Amino acid sequence: MAPRTARRTGGAATRGPRGERLALLAPGLLYLALFVGVPVLLVLATTVLRRGRFGGLVFEPTLDNFSRALQPVYVGVLLDSLVIAGLATLLAALIGYPVAHGIARLPQRWRTTALILVVLPFWTNFLIRTYAWIVLLNSQGLVNDALVGIGLLDSPLTLLYTPGAVVVGLFYAYLPLMVLPVYASVVRLDPELPEAAANLGAGRVRTFFDVTLPLTLPGLLTGVIFVFVPSLGNFVVPELLGGGKTVMVGNLVRDQFLKARDWPFGSVLAGAVIVLLVVLFALQAAAARRVSTTGRA
Amino acid sequence: MTQTRPSLTRSPRARARRRGAMVVAALTLPALAACGGGGSGAAEPAELDPEADLSSQSLVVSNWADYMPENLAETFKADVGPSMTVTNHATNEEIVAKLTAGSNAGVDVAFVSGQFAQALAEQGLLEPIHDDLVPNLDQLSPEATQLAYDEGNEYSVPYTWGTTGICYRSDLVDPAPTSWDDILEPAPEHAGKVTMLGTERWLMLPAQKALGFSANTQDEAEMQQVKDKLVAAKDSLLAYDDTTFYERLISGEAVMTEAWDGWCNYGTAENPDIKFVVPSEGSDLWADTMVVLKSSENKEAAHAFVNYVLEPENHAWAVENILYNVPNAAAMDQVPAEMIEQFDTLQVTPEQLMEGESLVDLGEAAPLYTQMATEITASS
Repeated sequence: MAPRTARRTGGAATRGPRGERLALLAPGLLYLALFVGVPVLLVLATTVLRRGRFGGLVFEPTLDNFSRALQPVYVGVLLDSLVIAGLATLLAALIGYPVAHGIARLPQRWRTTALILVVLPFWTNFLIRTYAWIVLLNSQGLVNDALVGIGLLDSPLTLLYTPGAVVVGLFYAYLPLMVLPVYASVVRLDPELPEAAANLGAGRVRTFFDVTLPLTLPGLLTGVIFVFVPSLGNFVVPELLGGGKTVMVGNLVRDQFLKARDWPFGSVLAGAVIVLLVVLFALQAAAARRVSTTGRA
Repeated sequence: MTQTRPSLTRSPRARARRRGAMVVAALTLPALAACGGGGSGAAEPAELDPEADLSSQSLVVSNWADYMPENLAETFKADVGPSMTVTNHATNEEIVAKLTAGSNAGVDVAFVSGQFAQALAEQGLLEPIHDDLVPNLDQLSPEATQLAYDEGNEYSVPYTWGTTGICYRSDLVDPAPTSWDDILEPAPEHAGKVTMLGTERWLMLPAQKALGFSANTQDEAEMQQVKDKLVAAKDSLLAYDDTTFYERLISGEAVMTEAWDGWCNYGTAENPDIKFVVPSEGSDLWADTMVVLKSSENKEAAHAFVNYVLEPENHAWAVENILYNVPNAAAMDQVPAEMIEQFDTLQVTPEQLMEGESLVDLGEAAPLYTQMATEITASS
């Protein structure tokens, strides 16, 4: 295969005068500094302070909050959260990826309808959608009634208030966030590339793994981040569908701020999640970069 | 003033709200605002003018949603004079965070639970109640001046009170539960059909009482035993449920639940077989109170408002609509007899309620409770 010619974008911008570039970036940078930078710095600054007796902060530097976060119970909750959010993301990828491909293959006039159907649940309040799962999964719920009714089960299964119910709830809540970016990358896929692969003798499976998948991987990775991040921080689903018996890191953070009045410790936990997510974003960016270079090889 | 008498057929569930764990509530984090917390304790009462022109004052009252008559602002203005704005908070923690965040949160009167009123008073944020401006204090049951979080009602005026017990299906649980151990170690046929409250103080309460400890204990060794008992109890638990347990009882998914007395009534309203019992080991006594903020610039109107709420016909509203007890005999007398008959918990006397242990602020022990709660709910 011929060596590819490196295509650089933004060549014009690098030639522009420095001030002009800065002026163009300024609104975006200002927005990020104000609404991302400052809040994150506040959280990080809070981590080294002490809890006031009635909540609030006492300005005495301490590292106790960090050593407390390393206790097994909190590390365990973080690991549980990673597993649960990971499973929800995996499920969303396994279902969302083929769905996005399917939509992209629909005739043009059906695509919009299909996309609207994907987004439609977002028009309903998140809590109501989650409560709907309670109605479906409880021991007198529709799922159990149906399974018992057709004779598959003798007695209802315990579906609700289990970690599995939490995974299902998170997967369902964020599935559209997987479908949409994958769809965007699939429709951008040049249909001639798979054809070329077929012409050159690649079977359908090889075409998928060598051409389609690498080229849509950035979309898939974006979807993974979009599903994983809010799943990890969610505290409503574990409470409603996990019956409060499954604790995720989002619940911990919420409890520190709203129940224990312990902002410093809550900030440490929130900070841990922020750091984790930054690492995750870096990995995703690196993977996407690798894919976009090798994908054209 | 015409008080529309609401009927119970208007689902009381719609009014289900408040207390700690309401999920919606949690979606609003308090703004990150620093506060030194240097409370100076007893504050000097302000000079108040009993002859002040109330109609020139205006009030901001913060309360849980649907916890007082919807039209109270209008009737208060018509009957007493001051105009009034109502804001809602979803949890005690939310309003306390708001009140401690700055020097003046713009709130004149706040509704908070007793132990939170105590915390606010210890920080010097509350105006002592001027008894002469609240003549209706005479309506309060004598017992309601003996509550441990604020004896003598120096800084707070109780609005509602009650206890915590076991709400159960009398047609499905035989014999009826009598002990906290009946839900902590349920009979085999009830395992998996039991719920407990998830908000810390009430999560701990059944084990604290079953083990004979105080509901306000700050002793780590005692709390360790409480924790072990609750971790063991988790195996037979359907869920930790603060908000929908009575629906689980109605559907039969649960047969016994730890419940606040008023909330159990929401179940009883739909199914008369749903009963409430206070276990023999004893329970708590909670109270929701009204407090006047030190920072208020309308303290005369604020006191007039507190006084107005204590008017029997206004105070009775809480009983008829929230199905809570109020510490006001004249108000309880206004409640229709058939309603009292329908709901066991409305038949208790102030003396019986006083058998419960009054919850007080945990102060420095609060993080211990939170950590234990996490260890319990996250255990597998």
